[in-house]
Amino acid sequence: MTPFEPVLTKGLGELDLADIDVYESRGGFGALRKALRDLTPDAVVSEVSASNLRGRGGAGFPTGKKWSFLPKDGRPRYLVCNCDEAEPGTFKDRMLLEKTPLQIIEGLLISAYAIQAKEIIMYIRGEFLEGYRVFKNALDAVRSRGYVGQKIAGSDFSIDILLHRGAGAYICGEETALLNSVEGKRGEPRLKPPFPANAGLYGMPTVVNNVETVALVPYIMTRGAKWFASIGPEKSPGPKIVSVSGHVQRPGNYEIPLGISMRELIDEYAGGLRPGRRVKAIQPGGGSSAAIFEEDLDTGYDYESLAAKRTMLGSGAVVVMDDTACLVRSSMTLVRFFEKESCGQCTPCREGGQWVHRLVARLEAGEGTDADLRVLNTINTTITGTNLCPLGDSIMPFLSSVLTRFPDEFAAHVKLARCPLSAGSSESAA
Amino acid sequence: MTPAREAKGKTLIAAHHDGQSALIPFLQYCQEEDGYVTPTALDDAATLTGLTRGEVESIASFYSLLFQRPIGKHVIQVCRTLACMLGGADELRAHARARLGVTDGGTTSDGVFTYEEVECLAACDKAPCLQHNLRYHYNVTPAEFDRLLEQWKNERPEAAMPAE
Ligand SMILES: Cc1cc2nc3c(=O)[nH]c(=O)nc-3n(C[C@H](O)[C@H](O)[C@H](O)COP(=O)(O)O)c2cc1C
Ligand code: SF4
Ligand code: FES
Repeated sequence: MTPFEPVLTKGLGELDLADIDVYESRGGFGALRKALRDLTPDAVVSEVSASNLRGRGGAGFPTGKKWSFLPKDGRPRYLVCNCDEAEPGTFKDRMLLEKTPLQIIEGLLISAYAIQAKEIIMYIRGEFLEGYRVFKNALDAVRSRGYVGQKIAGSDFSIDILLHRGAGAYICGEETALLNSVEGKRGEPRLKPPFPANAGLYGMPTVVNNVETVALVPYIMTRGAKWFASIGPEKSPGPKIVSVSGHVQRPGNYEIPLGISMRELIDEYAGGLRPGRRVKAIQPGGGSSAAIFEEDLDTGYDYESLAAKRTMLGSGAVVVMDDTACLVRSSMTLVRFFEKESCGQCTPCREGGQWVHRLVARLEAGEGTDADLRVLNTINTTITGTNLCPLGDSIMPFLSSVLTRFPDEFAAHVKLARCPLSAGSSESAA
Repeated sequence: MTPAREAKGKTLIAAHHDGQSALIPFLQYCQEEDGYVTPTALDDAATLTGLTRGEVESIASFYSLLFQRPIGKHVIQVCRTLACMLGGADELRAHARARLGVTDGGTTSDGVFTYEEVECLAACDKAPCLQHNLRYHYNVTPAEFDRLLEQWKNERPEAAMPAE
């Protein structure tokens, strides 16, 4: 395996990292004290910019750049932490929330200092009851040690963290929908521009960052931007937690250096496939990403290499399908997801999702026609690129990619009037 | 509005930026107390926040964990997204429906169990998974589902949708 020392997951499973004494005994809050004592806010932003850290929430936008976009006009600023994790296949933020809330809190405090925020809002997915409780306890402990509240750790910096629980809606992970949700509105994405940096929460300059992104910030403070930038490819460096699931022997979260091959990730980290099985399709970056295939296993797991394969790293969720998987059923499952989660503002997303789901469900049930296949081959262009937010553009990528690579599997569902992989079992409960 | 509810509402508004920002936490609190978001709770929320009743209803209807209909003391939510499907979620769903005698979104005739099929719960490595009153159960086989069901039948849960 490529040599690498994990940081975010170090000690996990051995120590209770949610315990503040354990956390402090391992150097916890040292990065916060260092930043407050030795660095100006601008110096923190510069260090994070120099590290080339890219946001871990899905879009991969450079974090330092995002922070430096905030207008310097004296208006109050907000830092919002996105812990709404609901992208199919992704389960890293929930793990960080439940097991390592203190490094999230330390990262939030340093990030808030860097952008001189007035308040931090922690948005936690409504389903994460356990994580919410763990985080709340951790926050109380941090407050009692003087790291959050007035004059933090003896400095002049004061800030508090407000917890906000979601109430069920994948789309609230999209940053502007999330802001609407915090404001007590329907979680519908806003038209951009204006971007949150200029008009975010309550119309004020706002930064939205993912949980994993902020959790990395303390390590950039203590180990330096050079250390971070030296891990993996130049344009997408650093440690990354990858959620691996599906047909592998050891599904789980793995902290890797970006840039290792898909093969190493699947075989060395996730234990490979079951004996005698072959890779059929892999979704490399969450439910929104196009599939890659057996011939792509030497692709590096990083932003650029996956973009070159016309897919994306996204949220860092790898779902592996072996040769027992039906790709029509897999596609239907994902299309149904987007249909259900559409907020309904845009016609192509709202209506398109419904029609594509019905069509693929028909194929899956062995009731599809040749005309359905023809429609499927042309529909991509009428849905993708015509929506307000990326959700609508996420309906087709996986389906189109597997349809292009395995057209015969789709055609066989029409010809045999059933799934060619199983002797007739089908999804009766669509 | 009951005095206790009004006091809770005012505390929530004080802790948030404005009345509307406290709306969802207030509805979550009412749901925990009443078992679901009742018509009275919607009226109370409108009174407290200054929104119209229609606005409150529209906002509440957006969120899948706010129920505007009576639900059971036990809410079982089975994941059906890709990783769980690959791990046997379709079989689990068929089994759960048959055992409970309901379809997606249904409540058993005795009103005790509400059953829903939901999207990725961020536990894809332990497929198939479900939540029971927002608590996780992993790698749930049909046999394990039956065992859990017996256990839940004999349990008095704290709340189907806890607010805190
Ligand atoms: C439909 C949709 C869902 C999203 N869900 C999440 C999510 O659950 N968590 C997250 O951090 N980002 C999510 N994002 C990305 C956010 O909009 C945003 O880019 C991110 O939170 C920024 O943080 P980062 O720069 O640290 O990555 C989602 C985006 C879209 C379009
Ligand atoms: S693309 Fe879909 S989810 Fe996004 S704003 Fe439009 S309707 Fe809503
Ligand atoms: S697909 Fe079921 S938890 Fe993610």
